[in-house]
Amino acid sequence: MNKIISKEYFSERVIKFVVEAPLIAKSRKAGHFVMVRVGKKGERFPLTIAAADVERGTITLVVQRMGVSSSKLCALEVGDSITDLVGPLGQATHIENFGTVVCACGGVGTAPMMPIVTALKKAGNRVITVLAARNKDLVILEEQMRENSDEVIVMTDDGSYGSKGLVTNGVEMVINREKVDLCITIGPAIMMKFVSQLTKKYDVPTVASLNTIMVDGTGMCGACRVTVGGKTKFVCVDGPEFDAHQVDFDEMLMRLGGYREMEREAMERSIDKTGV
Amino acid sequence: MTQRNEPWRVELRSQIKAKERSNMERVHMPELDAVYRSSVRDEEVNLGLTPELAMREAQRCLDCVNPTCMEGCPVSIRIPDFIKNIEVGNFLEAARVLKMTSALPAVCGRVCPQERQCEAVCIHTKMKKDSVAIGHLERFAADYERESGQISVPETNAPNGLKVAVVGSGPAGLSFAGDMVKMGYEVHVFEALHEIGGVLKYGIPEFRLPNAVVDVEIDNLRAMGVKFFNNVIIGKTITIRELEEDGFKGIFVASGAGLPRFMNIKGENLVGIMSSNEYLTRVNLMDAANPESDTPVYKGKKVAVIGGGNTAMDSIRTALRLGAEKAMIVYRRTEQEMPARVEEVKHAKEEGIEFLTLHNPIEYIGDEFGRVTHMVLQIMTLGEPDESGRRSPIPVEGKTRTVEVDEVIVSVGVSPNPLISQSTPELETTKWGTLVVNKETMQSSSMPIIFAGGDIVRGGATVILAMGDGRRAAAAMDSWIKEQI
Repeated sequence: MNKIISKEYFSERVIKFVVEAPLIAKSRKAGHFVMVRVGKKGERFPLTIAAADVERGTITLVVQRMGVSSSKLCALEVGDSITDLVGPLGQATHIENFGTVVCACGGVGTAPMMPIVTALKKAGNRVITVLAARNKDLVILEEQMRENSDEVIVMTDDGSYGSKGLVTNGVEMVINREKVDLCITIGPAIMMKFVSQLTKKYDVPTVASLNTIMVDGTGMCGACRVTVGGKTKFVCVDGPEFDAHQVDFDEMLMRLGGYREMEREAMERSIDKTGV
Repeated sequence: MTQRNEPWRVELRSQIKAKERSNMERVHMPELDAVYRSSVRDEEVNLGLTPELAMREAQRCLDCVNPTCMEGCPVSIRIPDFIKNIEVGNFLEAARVLKMTSALPAVCGRVCPQERQCEAVCIHTKMKKDSVAIGHLERFAADYERESGQISVPETNAPNGLKVAVVGSGPAGLSFAGDMVKMGYEVHVFEALHEIGGVLKYGIPEFRLPNAVVDVEIDNLRAMGVKFFNNVIIGKTITIRELEEDGFKGIFVASGAGLPRFMNIKGENLVGIMSSNEYLTRVNLMDAANPESDTPVYKGKKVAVIGGGNTAMDSIRTALRLGAEKAMIVYRRTEQEMPARVEEVKHAKEEGIEFLTLHNPIEYIGDEFGRVTHMVLQIMTLGEPDESGRRSPIPVEGKTRTVEVDEVIVSVGVSPNPLISQSTPELETTKWGTLVVNKETMQSSSMPIIFAGGDIVRGGATVILAMGDGRRAAAAMDSWIKEQI
């Protein structure tokens, strides 16, 4: 169960795993996530499913090494098993022929955008993907995105690849050039906040896929709550995708930072112990 | 050794006069010292009866012709039968009797509100005396058997070749599974979390119900043939439809509590404010207070828990054990109306928990990092009784009070788990999201293959009511399946 079939480094910190999970592969749709736990003392954390292969019975997860838990996952090798893997969770992405869709993703948010881009294209949309990263080395999945999008615009903070600038510069360029019917954004909360501010200005409907803190991930703990349109919503069961223009990103950023101090201490302890 | 008219029972009754039995004083449960226990996280507060205490308490039971106590028990435990076995020192037989009707005697003996059920209708209470300590005796027999290492596995009928599924491994699911496996069914229990046991594991703390005790009862079900599958979410990983196609003849949905309720007041999403589900799951399921665990938990110094139920008591007493210097229960009515068990309130007070009754939070205030620093409490008074029969709390105009806090745990109830109803639209639900079932048979009003019980039907219930649902559903599903074939 949950055996790792392949492991591929997109960059030093971003790793793609293909994991045996036949039931999840069969039932998942674009936008769904899984909860993962590594080791008996491990933490449960959510990861969006990047792809699935029903015949081989596998799902693809893309992980960025950041804290203790993602580092433990990244330390696993082919043949190892993930202690616990459960899903698919959350509401699937609403897919239909919207017309022209801009998919704005940054960093590791590119991986969960992959199945959405594929599904949108299949539904007949004109898909323009804006792929943003800090530098050339952190640009991932460019080839696969090109295969499934009508156009891919690469933006890097330092201009080492594609155009120099932020994801918002790429999105704004497209909006100024042609009529955009929908924008979907996945990436760090701060990035999604700025994409949302921009598209609001142009009145382009926007969906953001939120990645909040979760404990169980199955609609029980309420740790993932966010304010959307003035109401408290639960990312794990109501989301993870919401109307970005209604999301209180400032509150979400504040809540994401809630355990930062403890996470930093845990990371230091783990480095002291394992050297990883 | 289980019939009232057996010679040994007749003889036993004649040994001590009923009046003498009634005049004996009720046993006191030995407890850990309050000061000591409030600083240790995982030591059980109630220590259990010694064999001597248990045998003496068992003498108080009159072995009534019509034992009314059994009517007060949602799973109809054969109360005099097990107690009389304790009286003669036949402890293993007492445990065997308990397991005829209950899959979880060591759990029930600890967490059931006996004072409102079996003990409330004990013959002694009608004569204004203290009831027999049925709960303490139940716990004693179950613990004795577990510690003896001679655990009996209840007999099961020969396999009947019929397969049933259980959604959720909490008290309702386990009770149902135990009854069905005894009848010869092949029982598959699917659990969404990584641990089997549901609320018994993620919810109730170690100091009230050790996980090891729960595990023994689960192992016992395993030994009877129940198959457990963790990390499977029915409705998501596998749909109800797929279970049917897979040959399951009946599905018992006991998926339990879901989304925690909040009060929708200003500042409630500040950092440091969470549901009791989140707090208890971190500490109990994820072992977050253990430095070896990767899951973090706040260890507030000034902690308030909002609510007056057992979960609220569990949360505040946990906070105290994690180092809170000031630990407060904030409740909008008075102690009389508190839904928590009397014993839990008593234990909490002994440990130094402050009770701010007739107080209700109306706003939280935070610092520049979004961390909660204060709660604003509205002073309340009691008005006329509401539908629940309790006097309803009403605000005293203009009277508020601001209290410093660095952690707030909101324990004002939960809504049913939404996963099954979201993914099975044909299932009839109430406006609160609970499944609609026949109250006698627990069968779904809209999908006959589905039976349901526990919090998914009741919204919020006790362990024993959930177990009672499991028992009734098992009996009803058995007849229904047999009608189908």
